[in-house]
Amino acid sequence: MNDAARLAQLAISPSGFVFDPHTGGTFTVNATGRLILEGVRDGLGLAALTRHLERRFAPGGADLERDVLEYVARLRENGLLPAGFELH
Amino acid sequence: MTDRPPYVPPTLVRHRSGLMNKMGVGPVVSSRSSVAGVNVEALVEAYGSPLFIYDEQIIRARYRALHNALVLRYPKVALAWSYKTCYLDAICRLYHQEGALAEVVSGMEYRKARRNGMTPGQIVYNGPHKDDQTLTEALLGGARVHLDHFDELARCERIAEQHGCRPAVSIRLNLETSTLPRWDRFGFNLDNGQARDAVRRLLAGGRLRLTGLHVHLGTFILDVRAFAEATRKVVAFANRLRSERGIVLDTLDLGGGLASRNRLRSQYLPSDQSVPSFAQYAEQLVDGLSALDYPANELPTLVLETGRALIDEAGSLVTTVVANKRLADGRRGMVVDAGVNTLFTAYWYQHQLVPTQPTSEPPEPTMVYGPLCMNIDVVGNNVMLPPMAVGQRMLVTPVGAYNLSQSMQFIELRPAVCLVRPDGTHTLIRRREVLDDLTRAEVIPPWLGGGR
Repeated sequence: MNDAARLAQLAISPSGFVFDPHTGGTFTVNATGRLILEGVRDGLGLAALTRHLERRFAPGGADLERDVLEYVARLRENGLLPAGFELH
Repeated sequence: MTDRPPYVPPTLVRHRSGLMNKMGVGPVVSSRSSVAGVNVEALVEAYGSPLFIYDEQIIRARYRALHNALVLRYPKVALAWSYKTCYLDAICRLYHQEGALAEVVSGMEYRKARRNGMTPGQIVYNGPHKDDQTLTEALLGGARVHLDHFDELARCERIAEQHGCRPAVSIRLNLETSTLPRWDRFGFNLDNGQARDAVRRLLAGGRLRLTGLHVHLGTFILDVRAFAEATRKVVAFANRLRSERGIVLDTLDLGGGLASRNRLRSQYLPSDQSVPSFAQYAEQLVDGLSALDYPANELPTLVLETGRALIDEAGSLVTTVVANKRLADGRRGMVVDAGVNTLFTAYWYQHQLVPTQPTSEPPEPTMVYGPLCMNIDVVGNNVMLPPMAVGQRMLVTPVGAYNLSQSMQFIELRPAVCLVRPDGTHTLIRRREVLDDLTRAEVIPPWLGGGR
């Protein structure tokens, strides 16, 4: 199964409940996390994800790019993304 | 103006079996925006961050609650405020205003108590090292001096001889209870006969009057049965001294060691399920005193030397998030501006850490560490916290006991301390330190550019 197929199987509810049918693991993500996860599943890269967050949230001075990179690393660590996955 | 929601950093919490409860409620993170009814932000604005906050109302209420629990059960009670628990003069004076004696364990503490208005007769002087000057002052002035070892007994006799007086002393006992490890470093052992030898030696010297017994079992004692056992042994010894040697004691000091509503790192149950109430402690401490073979008008005064159980809940620490990061194991790391140089008790306790702003964001295990460039600087390990942005505050509680007296100027200087009064007004009781506070006692030799 390639990365895209694996990501497509993730069940992400609007309330932030995530089910990974590949492992049976369940997770809770907040609204920001859900946007990033859905964006990754839809094939967005780092720049597009950052712009996506900028459009959805009020500016607050946070380093969005750093947050996205760290979050993707967490998704990898938790098995929601394949070990070799990298944002383009 | 924008109607977009504020940005919150992304969170991810893995569900683990065994943690969900049958009601299906996820982990809830409480928040607390005020201390003693005063907004934390207002206090930080006035005094800076980090900041210790003491609540005068809790200080007074806890003192009265313990005192009441004891006097309900025994007619002659005195509480001695354990100075080492928190040295701040304002705090000490609050307890003295409530009627507390001072329990000190060094010359420095003795002088502090005197400056706080305590007469020698209102001071309980403990500890394994009592310097000559203070010991002399204490003996001549009528302080309650507790002898710790035979060498001290002999020193007291020499002082009495030099000054032509016969001062009163107590002897400190150590003893075994079935539930606690024995603290046998201090005082004379009751179980192996050492305490009886000390009494014989004291009486044979003829220079000192034995007027009290003292025992201190240990610290943060959660098993109240230990106190009952200690009281039973001390009472039996007191009865024996009276019947065999005609010694009438005026004081039985049963020490301290009462736990506060904190949670030791090794403790499984939270404090509200494990820490006995003052009534439970009092019952075990006092009930055995009914076996004292003393007429009602000669009953000795019961003294307790409490500190932690009185002050811990009255103290909070506000600290500010200065950075967020991910640790190598994937856990969230949060850097705050107060470290273990300020919060010494973080080594022992799992403090409660709560944000001051309410949030509905899901919490995740977080390692909270301080500003010290040392790996040991962990304020809280695996604390369930929501995402917190740089600049947001959290409250660490309870931290009223042993932090200010054991804090040190290590890498960072120490923060300010304020006191909130029952009417909601607040005042500074220790200002934030400056570099001169650290260097004042230093001397730079002339060849290094210093003065003569």
